[in-house]
Amino acid sequence: MTAVAKQLGEWLVDFTMQAPAAPWLQALREAAFHRFTELGFPTTHNEEWRFTSVAPIARTNFRVLGSPAPDLPEAAQKHLAKYASIGHPFVALNTAFLGAVTVHHVPAGAIVEQPIEIVYEVADQPGPVAIQPRTLILVGANAQCSIVEAYRGAGRYFTNAVTEIVAGEGAIVDHYKIQRESDQAFHVATMAVQLGRSANFTAHSIALGGALVRNEVNVVLSGGTEATLNGLYIVNGTQHVDNHTSIDHAKPHGTSHELYKGILDGKASAVFNGRIIVRKDAQKTDSKQTNKNLVLSDEAVIDTKPELQILSDDVRCTHGATIGQLDSEAMFYLRSRGIGKEEARNLLTYAFAQDIVDRIKVRELRDQLERVLFEKFHEHGQH
Amino acid sequence: MSLLEIKDLHATVGEREILKGIDLTVEAGEVHAIMGPNGSGKSTLAQVLAGRELYAVTGGTVTYEGKDLLEMSPEDRAREGIFLAFQYPVEIPGVSNMYFLKAALNTIRKNRGLEELDAFDFLNIVREKMKLMDMDQTLLNRPVNTGFSGGEKKRNEIFQMAVLEPRLAVLDETDSGLDIDALKLVAHGVNTMRAPERSMIVVTHYQRLLDYIVPDFVHVLADGRIVKSGGKELALQLEKEGYAGMGIADEEEAVGKL
Repeated sequence: MTAVAKQLGEWLVDFTMQAPAAPWLQALREAAFHRFTELGFPTTHNEEWRFTSVAPIARTNFRVLGSPAPDLPEAAQKHLAKYASIGHPFVALNTAFLGAVTVHHVPAGAIVEQPIEIVYEVADQPGPVAIQPRTLILVGANAQCSIVEAYRGAGRYFTNAVTEIVAGEGAIVDHYKIQRESDQAFHVATMAVQLGRSANFTAHSIALGGALVRNEVNVVLSGGTEATLNGLYIVNGTQHVDNHTSIDHAKPHGTSHELYKGILDGKASAVFNGRIIVRKDAQKTDSKQTNKNLVLSDEAVIDTKPELQILSDDVRCTHGATIGQLDSEAMFYLRSRGIGKEEARNLLTYAFAQDIVDRIKVRELRDQLERVLFEKFHEHGQH
Repeated sequence: MSLLEIKDLHATVGEREILKGIDLTVEAGEVHAIMGPNGSGKSTLAQVLAGRELYAVTGGTVTYEGKDLLEMSPEDRAREGIFLAFQYPVEIPGVSNMYFLKAALNTIRKNRGLEELDAFDFLNIVREKMKLMDMDQTLLNRPVNTGFSGGEKKRNEIFQMAVLEPRLAVLDETDSGLDIDALKLVAHGVNTMRAPERSMIVVTHYQRLLDYIVPDFVHVLADGRIVKSGGKELALQLEKEGYAGMGIADEEEAVGKL
């Protein structure tokens, strides 16, 4: 109990030292902080956090890098903090320190050709710092856009990000998250997505960096909505990456496709937890979930778990998870042509990630990721 | 010095002994056919020569160009000029044929003291060899063997052989599953590659392939041993009398007679 009080006490100091904000925001922050003090940091006794201990985050005394709160447009105020619930301790913590919000509003019918780029970067500095990035994307009916959210930094720090996306009827939204935090960083991110009727949403979540990472993607569908969640996590050393996704089919005729792929090496560990909810009146739902893992070492650990809550009877839901090693026949085939063992291993590992990379439609991003992966899988090779 | 000298070779998979003492000598420029019923150990011999770790060599020696072949890794064998045309070429999604073959060719060239080829020179070589095998160039951009028909896979093996120019090619049932047109094409590719410095071991169940790739020697393998050796006429005798006629049990023929 005293330990909990101590952790919260340190956050309280930073909380009370925040510059005062407009009354509506102050009220929001206070409610969130109050909630956070009630919840505290989750422990592994909590089913949602069973495989991910955030004790290293709870133990560290971070200095919160606050940012002044600007005036938000009314539309943004109306939506802010409506989708990412402060029932989640890290969302509550982020909301308690709500300052600058990155807001992008794509008006109804607009087609934005260039991807919207959002970069959260932490420079190396003395003492561990915490940042609380907050993003709000509003996409009007029948509008079309793509968003690239990039996270990177140097040194030891804690990124606690919350992103809310609201897409109107018929909107087409492509979201990319490229997480390349430093190898000492803690990264917790919660994305809440609310989709209108017949909207088409695709998320690509690429997790490469960080020491301790929790990544949540929570999507709520309406009638006839199509949602695609792609994910790629590549972990090595003692990295831990936890991907939690939730696809909530709230209305009939929704379609969701989910493919998360993981490559694990060293003593790294990863979690995939894919929840699919089909509500009572969400008839004719079509949902497919796949999680594939390539485990390259004996000491790496993957915990994968589908979680289906189906309350409707006329639905099609499939799910599958695989955990495998490199195909020994393919290894032999490559080696029998003169390709060295190490390079063959790199080539097959790279190939495993290829279909997720191919799904990236923003060309510069795809090229960049291909380069990163190529270097990653050739760093011990002959190139 | 013979190109390849196999002496009393024994190999097992798991607890089971499959090769029970193989003796075979191949000189430069020779084409040897190895025939035998299913389960006789033909494919095992081919894979052991290429270095497949699935099989444990429990006795005997294999000398290639005077070197101990069994000491070498699969990639080193390939770099030294050994090529195995697989009976079941492996599909490798995510790796393009082009990238794969260029990487392979350049490692082998490096080992021969030749310069690595750039994309342009590589394409020139490849185009010529694709013509030889009547292959569609779009295959280059497709992932290795992925979505290829059975015939395309076999042609792709011979195409790779033509690009990599081995000193010793081992063809493991390259004829199986091919219709007569595809078989002629594959045989034409192989015959084009016959040269005084290049040797081949052609493993097959059926005599048919040997009408098109005429061997210098034929060996009959049964139960892990070479039981009969002779010239090309041995294949014809086998065709006429069947394995059973030679006193060799063949599961497939037995089924055929039911």
